Amino acid sequence: MTAIDLGLPQLGGLAGVPTFEGKQTAKEYKTDQEVRWCPGCGDYAVLAAVQSFLPDLGLKRENIVFVSGIGCSSRFPYYMNTYGMHSIHGRAPAIATGLATSREDLSVWVVTGDGDALSIGGNHLIHALRRNVNLKILLFNNRIYGLTKGQYSPTSEEGKVTKSTPMGSLDHPFNPVSLALGAEASFVGRALDSDRKGLTEVLRAAAEHRGSALVEIYQNCPIFNDGAFDVLKESGEREERLVPLRHGEPIKFGAEGQHGVARDPKTGSLKVVEVAEVGEENLVVHDATLEDPSYAFALSRLGNHNLDHTVTGVFRNVQRATYDDLARHQVETAKAAKPADLAGLLRGKDTWTVLAD
Amino acid sequence: MAEEKGTVEPMSIDVGRGTRTTDVRKVDRVVIRFAGDSGDGMQLTGDRFTSEAAAFGNDLATLPNFPAEIRAPQGTLPGVSSFQLHFADYDILTPGDRPDVLVAMNPAALKANIADLPAGGTLIVNTDEFTKRNLTKVGYAANPLEDESLAQYNVHQVAMATITRAALEPTGLSKKDAERAKNMFALGLLSWMYHRATEGTERFLREKFAKNPAIAEANILAFHTGWNYGETTESFAVTYEVAPAKLATGTYRQITGNTALAYGIVAAGQCSKLPVFLGTYPITPASDVLHELAKHKNFGVTTFQAEDEIAGIGAALGAAFGGALGVTSTSGPGIALKSETIGLAVMTEMPLIVLDVQRGGPSTGLPTKTEQADLLQAMFGRNGEAPVPIIAPRSPADCFDAALEATRIALTYRTPVLLLSDGYIANGSEPWMIPNVEDLPDLSVQFATEPNATDGSGEFWPYLRDPETLARPWAVPGTPGLEHRIGGLEKADKTGNISYDPDNHDKMVRLRQAKIDGITVADAEIDDPSGAARVLVLGWGSSYGPIGAACRRVRRLGMDVAHVHLRSLNPFPRNLGEVLARYDKVVIPEMNLGQLAMLIRAKYLVDAVSYTKVAGLPFKAEELQDVLIDFVKGLDAA
Repeated sequence: MTAIDLGLPQLGGLAGVPTFEGKQTAKEYKTDQEVRWCPGCGDYAVLAAVQSFLPDLGLKRENIVFVSGIGCSSRFPYYMNTYGMHSIHGRAPAIATGLATSREDLSVWVVTGDGDALSIGGNHLIHALRRNVNLKILLFNNRIYGLTKGQYSPTSEEGKVTKSTPMGSLDHPFNPVSLALGAEASFVGRALDSDRKGLTEVLRAAAEHRGSALVEIYQNCPIFNDGAFDVLKESGEREERLVPLRHGEPIKFGAEGQHGVARDPKTGSLKVVEVAEVGEENLVVHDATLEDPSYAFALSRLGNHNLDHTVTGVFRNVQRATYDDLARHQVETAKAAKPADLAGLLRGKDTWTVLAD
Repeated sequence: MAEEKGTVEPMSIDVGRGTRTTDVRKVDRVVIRFAGDSGDGMQLTGDRFTSEAAAFGNDLATLPNFPAEIRAPQGTLPGVSSFQLHFADYDILTPGDRPDVLVAMNPAALKANIADLPAGGTLIVNTDEFTKRNLTKVGYAANPLEDESLAQYNVHQVAMATITRAALEPTGLSKKDAERAKNMFALGLLSWMYHRATEGTERFLREKFAKNPAIAEANILAFHTGWNYGETTESFAVTYEVAPAKLATGTYRQITGNTALAYGIVAAGQCSKLPVFLGTYPITPASDVLHELAKHKNFGVTTFQAEDEIAGIGAALGAAFGGALGVTSTSGPGIALKSETIGLAVMTEMPLIVLDVQRGGPSTGLPTKTEQADLLQAMFGRNGEAPVPIIAPRSPADCFDAALEATRIALTYRTPVLLLSDGYIANGSEPWMIPNVEDLPDLSVQFATEPNATDGSGEFWPYLRDPETLARPWAVPGTPGLEHRIGGLEKADKTGNISYDPDNHDKMVRLRQAKIDGITVADAEIDDPSGAARVLVLGWGSSYGPIGAACRRVRRLGMDVAHVHLRSLNPFPRNLGEVLARYDKVVIPEMNLGQLAMLIRAKYLVDAVSYTKVAGLPFKAEELQDVLIDFVKGLDAA
């Protein structure tokens, strides 16, 4: 908690953003600009999901802003009929922080990619998350640099052969969810580009969360890293790999719900178990609101980059005072305590007067 | 502008009659330098004496000079910290070339500063620190207080630490704590010598140590002990009076450049009726702008200490997109990091104030020393054709007006503006005639509210320009019907859509340049009292004081010289080319290797001569005087 409890009311993520009376459609959120992603790009699915879920929020369209950095996904704002800024590489969280802090009445979204958010912009990402600025950060993770035509990224698996790593990448990759939790992000989720329903659920929960929300979206790049997430989409494979989270429910997966997640008494961490062996009552019941981030972190470590056990849904969703609310509160407190007396400020305490002769 | 009355001699002395046993002499100007170890509180001591001089109504100028290390090794030459104060009964322009009085708190301070004290100058030394060990530490083979090496000065040896410790014994403070008050002893002694009032310092100490009244009273006691030491010992035969200065009618206060800059930003917010958003990262010597602005949230000022320089300016630009007055503050290394975002602000054509308090470079350079070497960085330090207006304040007080001017340009023309202050005026102080708030400019802004397309489509075109200023509309989020997207990619003229069209890019590059070239700035004013000068000295920024003082000296010697000082470096004043052409010789002194000279020569094909020095310290008037005399005589001889 904050050192000074300001007694601020618990607000929803969209509190303060004016609502629209009437019905909106996905079409209203589309611009007249031609979408220029490659055919088959996962970004199309995410764009469609966002355009169709935003009307449900019932916000005034002019009070929504999309800020992006550089990369394929960062073209996103051009296709959203809201306010938008396509900024510079890695800096979108910083720019959005200034915007969100100075304007309570805006719903501010950041669209970024694995290179943009985790490589050149890694610093801004972790600081936005630790400050808990009321931003919704959509991290399109395709594990490759697409716009620069196929170099490995900070989420590419070790040994990956790309144009810049003909003998294989030497880098150990980031797990974006683990990274965000390490920065004490108050909301962290993960979804697949192809899973409209799951993606929409996570996006809606993110929108309703007050504070920074990081949503990692596994997104296919058909040109430079095609099929990176196919194992999570193929029948027979996906059931064995995807571990969906439902708040308040035991964590189970598999075609018959035969696998589950339980505490590992040896390590204190979590492990994948067979339900038949441990019993349903010993499965972990998912609680995204746990204050201690180590539980959500353990969830994020269940699988590795081979996508063997890939947890999706909302890992963490806790209430913590947001930087922008606190910053505005300080300004309002100062205004209430002391009038804006410019003449008094300029005069100061010690003056002297030179009189005319 | 008045001639500089003072001379290179220490003082012009007019013997008066005092009521004490000591003589009271009236002098028109005095330069005092307090020098000691970085832990000795010399900056505070200088600041307080400055406040006393200001409260008394003297004109003044100050030069703090301190190492980058917070506590360099004690008693060493790199650890010496000094504060020079010039106060006078007339308007002065510089903190003075050489001190009349040097207060040296230890051997290192003596060694580092004695060369600047002219023969006959007054030297007050804290003898307690002149131990064999301390002398050896700075390379004194023998104690200079005991040989003849200081014979040319009027030396006062005072055991400041011992006396302070003895005086503070009844307070029960530890010896170490008591000794720390010796700077207040020195201040008390100097205050007595120059007939300064004591109430201001007493009040200041009580406020500063409000949480620890015992320390406050101990410091006040040390201060009085210093005062009484002067009064009762017979070693000081003379005291001095410097009458209040006959400055222009008005109410004044003392102000440093960084404070004036911060106040200028607060005022800019009020004059534009916009909330102020400062996104910044701590850096010497600009951090005080953040510290000051953080105190004034009641004016609708938000200060954001970001994770780095890039995030600082990014947040400021984000806030500007939302309709705030976006400001970022930094020094040269920070500008290097912010360059890409400044370019984005150029491309997106959004108002943004970028404050660069320059310091010695390159790289980390000399963090606490002054330099003017960021001009070309400000002018050209971005990829592509990315013109940015540049404003440079000339003195501490001028920082206030410069901040307002930078804001006017940013808001009117929808552009980032670079303001180039430097360490000299940032930390230096001078009297400031407090402006009437009613006289401050109206900087109010008209946000776009309606679609503006000229093709009847009813669309909003974010890059449709004002025909006069070439500024584009500022449509802030929350305005219905004006939803639009901007960014770093090239924009189509008018519609603002992404465009890779070759002709469009050529046009947009030229439009952005034309917008900056067309900014209305004040004409260059010529200071040439006789009107007969053939040599023009052209300066910019903080060299105003030394150049102005040098010109006064040259004229007092019966020679003619003209002075033009630039505030707007991009664009240059409209009349500048015509002004330059009037003179046979143009001399450009700069604390860099000739950056303005390069721009002037390139733009005006004038054979301007560069005079440069990059020593981390401001020019001395004496030095520039000699340079100018050479040019004047050279022309006369030709």
